Amino acid sequence: MNTSVIAQLNEWVAPTIDWHALAPELVLVLGINLVLFIDLSLGAAKKWAMATLTGFVFLAAFIPVVTLAVIGDASREMFDGRYVVDGYSLILKAIFLLAAYVLVLMSQNELEEGGYYQGEFYVLMMCSVLGMVMMASARDLIAIFVALELLSIPAYMMAAWRKRDSRSNEAGVKYYLLGVFASAVLLYGMSFLYGTTGSTKLTDIGASLVEGDLLGLQVLAVVFVLGGLAFKVSAVPFHTWAPDTYEGAPTPVTAFLSVASKAAGFVALMSIVMLALAPANSVVRPMLWVLAALTMTVGNVMALRQTNIVRMLAYSSVSQGGFILMPLVVIGTGNAGDSVLRAVIVYLLIYAFMNLGAFSVVIAVARRTRSGEITSFGGLFGYAPGLAVLMTIFMASLAGIPPLGGWIAKFNVFKTVLDAGDTAAYVLALIGAVNTVIAAAYYMRVLRQVWMAPAPDGDISPIRVPSSIQAALAITAVGTVLLGVLPGLVLRFGDITDLTGALAR
Amino acid sequence: MEIMTNDNWLLTVGTFLPLVGVLVMLFIPKAEEQLLKTVAVITAGATLAVGVLTLFRFDYGQAEKLQFFVDATWIEVIRSNYTIGLDGISLPLYFLSMVVTFLVIIYTWDNMPDAGNPKSFLILMLVLQVGMAGTFVAQDLILFFVFFEVVLLPMYFMIGVWGGEQRQYASLKFFLYTMFGSAFMLVAFLALFFQTGAESFSFMHLVSAGGLISNDVQVWIFAGMFLGFAVKVPMFPFHTWLPDAHTQAPTQGSVILAAILLKLGTYGFVRIAIPMLPEGARAWAPVIAILAVIGIIYGALGCLAQTDMKRLIAFSSVAHMGFVMLGISTLTTLGINAALFGMVAHGLITGMLFFVAGSVKHRYHTLEIKRLSGLLKQIPRMGWILGFAAMASLGLPGLAGFWGEFPAILAAYSPGFGLNVTLFRTLMVIAAVGTVLAAAYLLWLYQRTAFGEPSPEFSGHTPHPVGAGVNAEHHGDHHGDHHEEIRDVTPIEWIAWTPFLVAIVVFGVYPQLMFGVMDPAVSELVARLGESLNP
Repeated sequence: MNTSVIAQLNEWVAPTIDWHALAPELVLVLGINLVLFIDLSLGAAKKWAMATLTGFVFLAAFIPVVTLAVIGDASREMFDGRYVVDGYSLILKAIFLLAAYVLVLMSQNELEEGGYYQGEFYVLMMCSVLGMVMMASARDLIAIFVALELLSIPAYMMAAWRKRDSRSNEAGVKYYLLGVFASAVLLYGMSFLYGTTGSTKLTDIGASLVEGDLLGLQVLAVVFVLGGLAFKVSAVPFHTWAPDTYEGAPTPVTAFLSVASKAAGFVALMSIVMLALAPANSVVRPMLWVLAALTMTVGNVMALRQTNIVRMLAYSSVSQGGFILMPLVVIGTGNAGDSVLRAVIVYLLIYAFMNLGAFSVVIAVARRTRSGEITSFGGLFGYAPGLAVLMTIFMASLAGIPPLGGWIAKFNVFKTVLDAGDTAAYVLALIGAVNTVIAAAYYMRVLRQVWMAPAPDGDISPIRVPSSIQAALAITAVGTVLLGVLPGLVLRFGDITDLTGALAR
Repeated sequence: MEIMTNDNWLLTVGTFLPLVGVLVMLFIPKAEEQLLKTVAVITAGATLAVGVLTLFRFDYGQAEKLQFFVDATWIEVIRSNYTIGLDGISLPLYFLSMVVTFLVIIYTWDNMPDAGNPKSFLILMLVLQVGMAGTFVAQDLILFFVFFEVVLLPMYFMIGVWGGEQRQYASLKFFLYTMFGSAFMLVAFLALFFQTGAESFSFMHLVSAGGLISNDVQVWIFAGMFLGFAVKVPMFPFHTWLPDAHTQAPTQGSVILAAILLKLGTYGFVRIAIPMLPEGARAWAPVIAILAVIGIIYGALGCLAQTDMKRLIAFSSVAHMGFVMLGISTLTTLGINAALFGMVAHGLITGMLFFVAGSVKHRYHTLEIKRLSGLLKQIPRMGWILGFAAMASLGLPGLAGFWGEFPAILAAYSPGFGLNVTLFRTLMVIAAVGTVLAAAYLLWLYQRTAFGEPSPEFSGHTPHPVGAGVNAEHHGDHHGDHHEEIRDVTPIEWIAWTPFLVAIVVFGVYPQLMFGVMDPAVSELVARLGESLNP
């Protein structure tokens, strides 16, 4: 026994490491250590520098992503194809890093003024972003699980960051308990997959599963894996943690959870469903269909009843998740592969812009009004026309009104679903269509306050928006409008055949 | 559909020029109201000038061809292009939108709604103009959809911020109804795209390929489009947003809504739904016709029951759009020509009526028919204009309204492509009764408001508190005077209204002016329908 292990050890060859391909991750690792050590030696008065430094780290990590994209050679595979850097993963890494940068801008003032632990916060945030960046490249069950935990565990702590506020504690604990439970379910499902197919590599699993001849255990595995991931993307009925966590967590963290962390969940779902579970389409498809329909509808109906803006955005983000699930439903149908990828990626990108933008406005306004009620936006157009117009752009974009970004995102989703062309797809599209109308109702309610209602407390002094939030607003607004008018800029992202190519192998 | 690529910059400039004005206005401080108004008038005027140039450059001998055609890459991946062009069907509406916006902005010069803030108001109006003009020139479904939706938000804010008492309710209702329709419309557009082989969203391709889709599928796709367009028209039973929106909207909003926005729906039927889905159109034509006639009668009866002048005019729109839809549903050259003429005529006439209603409201602070009387004695010119517009609206021969209604009814006598003749003739009779009802409610309205003695409440002797800022400003030389002065038509109003009045007479006396432009395009449309339906 021992000898054979030693014999194997002698045969073991160190895998070749493509340092360039790993550079974004390595930059982040260095950045995490840098921030941690500098933070230790920095006086309280200089803690503000941490945010700037973190921002620079994200931008630095962005550089290798760009160079890799510019070189643009075929996918770089490492560790026996379990960690892949290709067009698909580069776009997602770019989205994560961009969103993270905007989030740093959004968090800065909140943390400084609240007297929270700044250095630690940014370290945790970078760890979480590292998890997301890894998720984009992970093509192996274990890699996916490690990435998922790496991005979730810091997020549990961030949700409870306002430690003297009981609601923030509730947010953290709820998120943690349900998150761990979901991880367990996911891991259980993964173990079945490994047990029945003998591999953790996604493409191997895809090759081992036999269409139309799934074992009972394999069906169970698919259900568990999808259920576990559904929690991460807060799909109904696994969404119950989201509103409480979102409302209790500090607003920048809520933005982080509802955009970046959620996007990472979708990436995991997309990789697994596309590469590993394609032959299990008969189980995946109905399950995702029901999840998508439920998520859109329940999220919307609940959002209609909210009076708190953050809670409303929480439910709205649940329902937006339903729209992102829609194209995944038709993943196994005909030649939908490419357009599914495109629809999901474009949606994630535009959703990041518009939702982060909406949260930035909420943060900017709440700094003055100290309130999370939708009515606190009353009269905004009168005393802060700039913020009012920005809020209009973001809300209208979330509602999917052309020519703003959200429209092209929704359009792509509908187009992909209808491409499948069967009855189930049409019904799903019609459910989606009805949901866009329901959603418009509550987004418009916010705009009604902004434009038509009087200021609730009669205070109409102008709002001073800190420069970092101004920057966040500028980035998100430009992104939202530009992608709506010239969607061609990003729609080319969909011409990635790498992932589907991998599937064919 | 043949194309001509002459002067292909004209439409792009004409459509997007208002945005230049918007950009300039964004950098002018809110307090500079005169400057803002000047910039808006200049922008709208320049846009109109481009429109006039378009009229001159248009080749009327080939009105059935798409002229000023542009086909530029836009969103390659989804096969949607920036395709624009103009033919005889869209030219009158395109030009009308420019005229109306220009005149409405002039009217705004000293009739700013009470909520103030001309900067935002005028910016929204210019954005609205982009959406309206764009819808009429778009020759690509996605481009069409984008422009079609662009008008939503400005109108929502216009009603919601500058509207009447119930403005928040009315604006949300308007928004959600339209959104509901367009969501289904988008699904229908996509279905059409995939059913025709997912090659292109361009109108030309879809018109030639749409007829090949199997009948059942056409009927379903048509249903989706029907929802989208019928809400916008609005047809019975989707009309309920209209009276609220019209009544609550500021005068300018009502005029634009009546003159242009409602036409986006009917235009959609003529330009998109019918030519692209001939079988669907034939299957749906009886339904459309029946709903149209219900709309005519229901609208008229609704008018008779109204106590508010503006709401009455709003309901009359439901009836008039019923005639337009009846014309379209016959699928004949005569019917569709009548419908297109009716669209322009209704825009001019009802727009005019809303102007008068707005000005009456401005002077009397009420539109309750009971409280108004003796307009002819107190403000005779306004009274005559109201009378003129009412006559035009009830379809008096010699004025524009007649040429929208009469041929539409006539066309229902012999509908095209094997549609049930008995049904359409029955509907024709009912629609004819509708014209009698139209005469009844309009004359009754006129009799109650214009005849008789001015009511003592407003006879000019009673002191009447001057409302907020706007009025005091309006009567510049009467500052501090607490007597409400009820003036007759002001110079600005004359400037804004004269073109409407002239056009109503000119098109009434010489309808060939417009029929001549439309007919070649309509004939070709119906001929192409014939190729698909009677092979």
